[in-house]
Amino acid sequence: MSDVDHMRVEEIAEAVPDGALMGVPADYSGVPMAVTRALVARGAKDLRLYCLPLTTIQGDMLIGAGCVANVEAAAVTLGEYGLAPCFSRAFQSGSITMQDSTCPALHTQLQAVEKGVPFMPLRGLIGSDIEAHRPDWRTIQNPYTEEADPIVVLPARPLDVTVFHAPYADEAGNVFIGRQRELATLAHASREVYVTVEKIVEGDLYESEATAAGAMPAMYISGLAEAPKGAWPCGLTDQYDPDGDALREYVKMASTEAGFAEYLAEQGIIARPAA
Amino acid sequence: MSDATREELLISLLSDMLAEDRHVAVGAASPIPGAAALLAKDEKRARGGGRMQVTIIHSRRHNSFTEGSRELFDCAARGFVDSFFLGGVQIDGQANINLVGVGDYPALKKRFPGSFGSALMYYVVPKVVLFREEHSPRTLVEKVDFVSAPGISPPEVHRPGGPHALVTGRAVFDWVKDAGRFRLKTVHAGETVESIREMTGFAFDVAEDVTETPAPSPERLERIRRDIAPKILTFYPEFAGRVWGLAAA
Repeated sequence: MSDVDHMRVEEIAEAVPDGALMGVPADYSGVPMAVTRALVARGAKDLRLYCLPLTTIQGDMLIGAGCVANVEAAAVTLGEYGLAPCFSRAFQSGSITMQDSTCPALHTQLQAVEKGVPFMPLRGLIGSDIEAHRPDWRTIQNPYTEEADPIVVLPARPLDVTVFHAPYADEAGNVFIGRQRELATLAHASREVYVTVEKIVEGDLYESEATAAGAMPAMYISGLAEAPKGAWPCGLTDQYDPDGDALREYVKMASTEAGFAEYLAEQGIIARPAA
Repeated sequence: MSDATREELLISLLSDMLAEDRHVAVGAASPIPGAAALLAKDEKRARGGGRMQVTIIHSRRHNSFTEGSRELFDCAARGFVDSFFLGGVQIDGQANINLVGVGDYPALKKRFPGSFGSALMYYVVPKVVLFREEHSPRTLVEKVDFVSAPGISPPEVHRPGGPHALVTGRAVFDWVKDAGRFRLKTVHAGETVESIREMTGFAFDVAEDVTETPAPSPERLERIRRDIAPKILTFYPEFAGRVWGLAAA
């Protein structure tokens, strides 16, 4: 008996509203590519991506397809496969806005949400151009010392929705995330959480401490869908490696707007316009 | 004449900088620093120098963290990471680094991925080695276009960390904290003080005894190829294939 709504991938894409502030996982922690393709197919608009702490082909594809208004991230990159082509184009043309951040700041702003406090301090930052371009960040004097000790306080950033992909869930909707605990940070800071998994398995993750320690409880999860190879062409820990050929092909095709449109058509994500 | 490749020379000289460390961390897309850290760890153990924790973010086996990717930053902020590597689209003579792009932000001429964890790590890790293979007037500039993280902070700012050295494909510079300047220390084979000056966009000091960057000893070179290369293959397969001709099983 499941406590979680079982959905189809397309239904998850429908449940992510236009304009949502959406939590986005890093390239190593369960990139929800099946849902990303469904978001492009449904023509999602004005999404605001909050990346923990970076995004890869997921963000790049959403940006290229015109689904994104704003990006908050420490990096947008396809790593060893290349720069993110649609992101670079959109940033340079001004068709998206961005808050350049740094990895620990992105974690800290969600940790403030986790704790239900309005802000949280973080070292570093002072004197960087990241800080200079963030009017939403404040520097205060450490109130616990008489000596000069400026420190930046970062506002809590509650997310509307987070979507990620994971290896498996049990029948009750508990999801195995293993060591990818940044997914828990995202979920704790998010009003709605939708998860795709390779498969839903029999049994209960809480029967053993070994699996319970790597579980995200169903209580945080709004909806769940099975999506085999749902992170492809990104990799999924213990399941499959990144598909280097597919990622290189993406970077190559997406290097022009026409090539990106052709990629979406070739992949069957968007119907080819009538000639 | 050593038959070490350029990559092996860089691995060797970076590992010398880590010899006594207890915890070395290596960030994204850094096969040479990753190999240097694993080499330093093996050599420290081999000479009875004790253990070294090496955290390589993109490795499963060489990353012991279980609290998610924030654990690295928490660890560093508490002073439990001794050394870390940072690169830059641009690095300037005040050791400011730019990982964001070239041009007048946000109207950049060319956008790069972003600042990653630099705007904390550079402040709190005592020994940050700046590493950029391309050594040219377009990478080593007088003033960066965007400061992802500054090389120097005012005295009231909490700054236990900062630059230690700058290593490129042509030379090694020490960072002289009191002067707030780089000082040329060694040049790689084929380079001279003059050729380095020509290829560097910022002013720097020159050590009295600039020598050629030492090549790895035959024993070290053997260790790199025998012990380190197969480890790198597991998490940087493209690099291991290119440098050592290794292929995943």
